[in-house]
Order: sequence, then C-alpha cells, then structure tokens
Amino acid sequence: MRADLEIIAEWISPKARVLDMGCGDGELLDVLSQQKQVDGLGLEIDHDNITRCIARGVNVIEKNLDEGLASIDDASFDNVVMTQALQVMHRPDLIVEEMLRIGKEGIVTFPNFAHWRARFYLAFRGKMPVSKFLSYSWYDTPNIHFCTFKDFEALCIERNIRIIERTVVDNEHRQRWWHKLWPNMMGEIAIYRITR
Amino acid sequence: MPASLPTDSVGIVTPELIHFSEPLSLASGRVLPEYDLMVETYGELNADCSNAVLICHALSGHHHAAGFHSESDKYPGWWDSAIGPGKPIDTDRFFVVSLNNLGGCHGSTGPTSIDPNTGKPYGPDFPFVTVGDWVISQVRLADRLGIQRWAAVVGGSLGGMQAMQWAIDYPDRLGHALVIASSPKLTAQNIAFNEVARQAISKDPQFHDGRYYDHDALPKTGLSLARMIGHITYLSDDGMAEKFGREMRTGELSFDLNTQFQVESYLRYQGEKFSTAFDANTYLLMTKALDYFDPASEYDDDLAKALSHASCKFLVVSFTTDWRFSPERSREITDALVAANKDVSYAEIDSDHGHDAFLIDSPRYMAVFRAYMDRVANELNLGVTP
Repeated sequence: MRADLEIIAEWISPKARVLDMGCGDGELLDVLSQQKQVDGLGLEIDHDNITRCIARGVNVIEKNLDEGLASIDDASFDNVVMTQALQVMHRPDLIVEEMLRIGKEGIVTFPNFAHWRARFYLAFRGKMPVSKFLSYSWYDTPNIHFCTFKDFEALCIERNIRIIERTVVDNEHRQRWWHKLWPNMMGEIAIYRITR
Repeated sequence: MPASLPTDSVGIVTPELIHFSEPLSLASGRVLPEYDLMVETYGELNADCSNAVLICHALSGHHHAAGFHSESDKYPGWWDSAIGPGKPIDTDRFFVVSLNNLGGCHGSTGPTSIDPNTGKPYGPDFPFVTVGDWVISQVRLADRLGIQRWAAVVGGSLGGMQAMQWAIDYPDRLGHALVIASSPKLTAQNIAFNEVARQAISKDPQFHDGRYYDHDALPKTGLSLARMIGHITYLSDDGMAEKFGREMRTGELSFDLNTQFQVESYLRYQGEKFSTAFDANTYLLMTKALDYFDPASEYDDDLAKALSHASCKFLVVSFTTDWRFSPERSREITDALVAANKDVSYAEIDSDHGHDAFLIDSPRYMAVFRAYMDRVANELNLGVTP
C-alpha cells in the first residue's frame, strides 16, 4: 500500500464510517475494510476507477465533487478523506468546509507547491514547475489550485479549523528528518488531520 | 435465430407455467383465488441454492429474457445482452429466473385469462396489481423453486422498482438489488404520459370498456397510440436525431397527412406491431402499477426511512439521456441509500439511447454490470468465469 495511505489508516478507528472523496481505484477503502472493518464509501468521477472499485467490492458513487455534496447529511461519517484531490477542486475552501460538515474528522493530503524543487524551478527557469511527480503543463493540468502547507494552514486558521496532526512526506511518501526541520521547504506532500 | 447459436447465448429455452392454488390478497383489497406464472430459467441452481438471480421485467416485458424459443426465432429474449454464458449475468455461474408478472399477457394470469368465477376472460375485471403484489407473487415463486435467498434481484425501469420493493419488504431474502434506469416514484410528467396512453386506449371505439374480447374486437388504434407515446419517452432527443433526423421517405413534401418523415413511419410501425402483440387491459394495469409505486409513502414520504429496512447491497445505474427516469431519480435512490447507511454503488452511464439504454449493450454499462455481478459471485464463492 502507498505509504501515505498507511499513515491515513493509522488515523482511522476500527469500524468507522469513512467517506473517501476522490477514492481512485478504491485501494484505501479496500485496505481499511480488510484491516479495520470500516464501513466505507468512495466518491469518484473517473469511469475506469469506478469499475475497479465495484469489482473489488468497494462501494463507490459516481460524483463530480465540484457539484457539491448537499445530498449527504451533516456528521454522517466519522472520517472524510481526500487524498491528492484538493488542488483539482474549483473551490478547495468549500470542499474542506463540506468535509467537516459531513464528517467528524477530515484527512487531507496535497502536494506542496513551496517545495524547494518547485521554488527553484520557478525562480531560475521562470516557468511553472513540471516534475515527474507533477507532470502536467500549466495549460492542461487538472491541478488548478496549488497551495503550500503555509497557505493551507492559514486557511484553517481563517475558518476555525483545528489541525489535529500533520505529517510531511516526500513524493514516495517517506518521512525524512529534514521534513521536520523545514517542512514547507523540504516536504513534498502533507497529510493533515483536521476537525472543527 | 442466427444461422448458428452464438456461444454466449443460453440457447433454446422453454418456458414453464407454474400454478399457485393459494389465494393471493392484493393491495387493492381484492383476492386472486389462484393464478399461474409463466417462468423461464437459465443456468443451473447449485446445491445450496445460493446462486439464483431474479430478473424483474419492465412495462411491456415478460418472462422471455434470454435465448431463443425456437430455431425460427428472429430475435432473442429482451435482455439477452446481459444474460448468458460469460455475460454480466453469467449463466455459467448463476441460476437465472425470469417470469411474466401477474396481470401480464404472456402466459401468467392476467386480463386475458379465464376468471374461474365466470368462466369468461377477466378483461377489465382483473384486479389492479401493485409492485408490492408482484413481489409477493415472486416470493411464492422463490419458495416453489426452493430459493430462500436470491443472490441478486435485478431489474430495469419498472423492474428496478420491484428490486427496491424486494429489498424493503423481504430484506432477508436477497443479497443484492440491482436497480437500473429506475425511479423511487413517478413524477407528475411520468403519470401524465401514462394517462395520455390510457386515454388513447380507453377512447378507442374498439375498447368496449375493456370487454373487447367479448366483441371480437381489439383497440388497436388506441394501443398503438399508447405505444407510440411511450416509445418517444424511451428514446432521447439526441438518439432520435441521430437515428432519423429529418430524413424523409420520399424526396419532397407531399402536403398531405401521409407519413413523410422516417420517424413517423418508425413510430407507426412500432405502434402497429405492439397493438397486436400486447393486451390493452394489461397495458392499462401495468401503467397503473407504475403510477402507484411509491415505497416512501408508507414511511412518512421518507425514502431513506423506507430503504432503512433493506439489508442487501445495491447497485444503482442511470443513463445520461434517459428523461423518462432521469439520472436525478437514480441519484435520489442513491442518496437515500447513503442516508440510510446502506452499501451502494452508483454509476451514470453516457448513452444516446435514452431510457432504452438499459436494454442495450454498451461497453461501460456492461463493464459496470459485469464488475458488480462478479462481486456478487465472489462473495458467494461461485468461482470465476473461465
């Protein structure tokens, strides 16, 4: 399993009701249901991923998250997870609000645009960063709302969102000592555990 | 039938008429003293009777869902795209049961059957039946076949309503419900279309208040009109544009009322074909069953509350251009299931075929259908398709 999913799994209680927004092929929910007997539901827009979820027995609902989640009741899930999807949302702030309306706790992961490689790329090349990890050009990228760890934490303060835990990893989801030293410069992906 | 049987066909099948002598009390308060159900099965029931799948038909459907009745059959059963060896409902793994519902006109007891009290056809005196009544009759069929629990109950449109009703009324007797191109209840527009269809039939001079059998007559014009109206609602604007456009049968305008556009000719053909193949009283009764379906009405109009009784898992599927039972209706079902904390998956399939899309083989639809049925089979350890 992807290392970030392992970290997320640690933050989820057994038998919790978990909503995975942008659940991909259902890997996280599949593992959570096997290891922690969670009651999981995924939301996904990609057709092939939806079929993969169904095939592996993960409950999945075809949904464009940008259209909102008004049909889901308040506090109906224990955990709402969103991995690597915040930056593709039209309004990341609203989706974070929705996560905490629907769930008691939210878990968010996103790439850090203030990572030193991105900073150097922009500083010295004068072009929007393209890397193996973020391989799109500016005009075709689905990632329309990049932010940095600092940006996200500022949003949390502004919206009265409490950060319970934060883990910073590299693009292979490994935790390194230098991430702790200067996370907003050294970390590539952050995993936040948030609540109200 | 094609020159040789396709390898993924269930082949030549023979329906069976099953008699039920125990009276059936209906939602209307009336009682059917006895009745028959016309049934077809495909595949083999396994030793622990765990691999049975019930197919529920839609408005004009019947028991003949797959395969051919004879070598001279031109077309296979109505859901042959989905049922057969290696198909989504894989008859190498599942035992499939398909019936003609009560009130139908394909062999099960209905308006054309003889009323034992009068010795004459029931005609308009055949009691109106509801989706709930059908499910009760299907429970008795399951009992007769030795099936305590269906691996899945599957249906499109009105058939999907039966799957939902099963889930609510008999939660212990099914593992999965597949609700395809369906709706939790009809909208005013749906009922309006049904009413126009009913009026077309009942205003036909040949209808004779439903006693056309006694007059050696058939309300062909009315039934044909009803079918034409229905047919328009089964197709999509895009689909019709693509299939017919404004194509004409002759090159120039004739300035009379003869059929000029291909779409007119197509609709007339569909209507006429249906008017001799289907019974008008059955059509009236089936449209009423549709109108009446509203499981939430018994639970404070709260669909989630109604579905909270279910214990099976659900697959809900809709089609983008379906305006009869639009994706919005399927999302209502899905949302209610999420609110009731049920296991549900939902897919919205891109299609130009409108409501009819649920009967048509399309890659993504079949992939989703197959993936779900594979999951059903895996849960029951029914083995994998070779």
